[in-house]
Amino acid sequence: MLEHLPALQVVVPLAAAPLIVLLRRPRVAWLLASAAALFAFVAALVLAAEVASTGAISYHLGSWPPPWGIEYRVDALSAFVLVLVAGVGAVVMPYAWRSIPAELPRDQHYLFYALQCLCLAGLLGMTITGDAFNVFVFMEVASLSMYVLIALGRDRRALLAAYQYLILGTIGATFYVIGVGLLYLLTGTLNIADLAQRLPELAGSRPALAALAFITVGVSLKLALFPLHLWLPNAYAYAPSVVTAFLAATATKVSVYVLLRFYFGVFGARQVVESLPVTGILIGLSVVAIVTASLVALWQADFKRLLAYSSVAQIGYITLGIGIANESGLTATVLHLFNHGVTKGALFLLVGGIALRAGGAGFEQLRGLGRAMPLTSLGITLAGLSLIGVPGTAGFISKWYLVLGALQAGQWWLAALVVATSLIAVAYVWRFVEAAYLSAPDERSAPAGEAPRVMLIASWLAVGACFWFGIDTAYTVEGARRAALFMLGGLP
Amino acid sequence: MRREPVLRVVGKLLIPYMLLFALYVQFHGDFGPGGGFQAGVISAAAIIFYALIFGLPAARRLVPDAVVESMVALGALLYLGVGFAGLVLGGNYLDYFVLDRNSVTGQLRGVFWVELGVLITVSGVMLKVFYIFASRRRPD
Repeated sequence: MLEHLPALQVVVPLAAAPLIVLLRRPRVAWLLASAAALFAFVAALVLAAEVASTGAISYHLGSWPPPWGIEYRVDALSAFVLVLVAGVGAVVMPYAWRSIPAELPRDQHYLFYALQCLCLAGLLGMTITGDAFNVFVFMEVASLSMYVLIALGRDRRALLAAYQYLILGTIGATFYVIGVGLLYLLTGTLNIADLAQRLPELAGSRPALAALAFITVGVSLKLALFPLHLWLPNAYAYAPSVVTAFLAATATKVSVYVLLRFYFGVFGARQVVESLPVTGILIGLSVVAIVTASLVALWQADFKRLLAYSSVAQIGYITLGIGIANESGLTATVLHLFNHGVTKGALFLLVGGIALRAGGAGFEQLRGLGRAMPLTSLGITLAGLSLIGVPGTAGFISKWYLVLGALQAGQWWLAALVVATSLIAVAYVWRFVEAAYLSAPDERSAPAGEAPRVMLIASWLAVGACFWFGIDTAYTVEGARRAALFMLGGLP
Repeated sequence: MRREPVLRVVGKLLIPYMLLFALYVQFHGDFGPGGGFQAGVISAAAIIFYALIFGLPAARRLVPDAVVESMVALGALLYLGVGFAGLVLGGNYLDYFVLDRNSVTGQLRGVFWVELGVLITVSGVMLKVFYIFASRRRPD
């Protein structure tokens, strides 16, 4: 059975969705979804361990050999992303046990769990597949379920946010598929490894450049690179708490992975980095994203929206690493993908607890929260440290490699910028500390009482991970470094 | 439109043939244009036609909502089940070669069940979408 794990990784969550629709009962739905998520996490861990010891795994769906059939390919990079996505998918399930009944009417529970499973399957599929068109199919599976998940939010504005995301996300997916179509016309193949072999001789031809441009713009829409991030703040702010935490930690990250895959796995570092101004553009946009989104975050009246804008800024750090494009820079990108996923996941999970007790996460509701919800407040403050990048936290490790990469590339001003913009993060995390610990509660603030225990446990697992991966970096740094080497062609 | 005798008679005459045509398109998919998706749309169209003539409540009695929603899930499960059958018989996921001793027959068998799954799910989704839109009340 072990050799079929790459297929089961995707198929088990995928099969859970129709089963849930068939059985309908909320408890059964939760049980099935949790079992599928847990299985996916274990499978991802096993696959990652296997890749680390024996090298890339290739699985031929339907026994059609690539490049004719669809190939699932687990390598150093995709294994790392699989662990992140499946891990977050598993952690949010116990949280959903209490959070979903509080936010959704009972007759929608089974639909939520079915969609959650579909979304997880889509994201895992995007990561594991070695076929460029199959990426598009899974992108649609994940995105369509995301639109509906966001629209499930209690706030009526969730509907508008989902619609905005639907329009922009569809444009993004269309651009992506146009790019893939051009590549197919050029080379006659859709298999990523095969594409990578055939493209170098066509490098610089106009359709290849157009394909690169279409894929860059399309995927950038999905990963919310400035200025294509406009769908993100509303989508994160109005979606149900579980959905926000899950999406913030995984959805944009998988899109970054797709971009990395195409830049370094298909077009190749030589073309993208050396002969085209792609990295310059990426650095420029990332810098603007980091600075403006951090500043905008500073002025938000709602903590959930603040975190959403902070996500846009953090995605800037991730793409900055791609722009720097040396070993440390790419290590930083992959690391930050993981570390920021864990950090933002923790923060959004904890904010979900506040929203449950106080009915929202506006700053006026956070006044005196340190006394009303001590564990939640402490968790947010600690995860906030990781968001800033304080030594000892996961956020520090990725920023360290980012600074290192910038210095190695001789761009000291980028290093200075990373450090300077972390100060803006200090400012917006401080806004929470000030409201929670230094303001007296008034009639609008949250009533005393912690979030339900399972929600706290799930959130604190994520907070713990922020510190675990800040202190014991063997797993993440080694994984990210292997992924970076793999992308730069140093690893088979 | 329930009182229009011509529509009712013609509808009752046509609907069985529409369903039959759906099956023709389904099984003809091997040799020419057709397949589960088209057949699913045609068979759903027959029910939608029935709903247009005899009213939505009558159609919902004929094909209840619970059945429609189960169809959506069952078709997908059938498809996934074919994939698992490949696993159980010793091949890879979605491997049709192992479904029969003769690999060509195996391919035909795999596609047959997969297309049946597609028919069921597509038909269910079309009906579900129609029911949702048709039962929406106009804003006053």
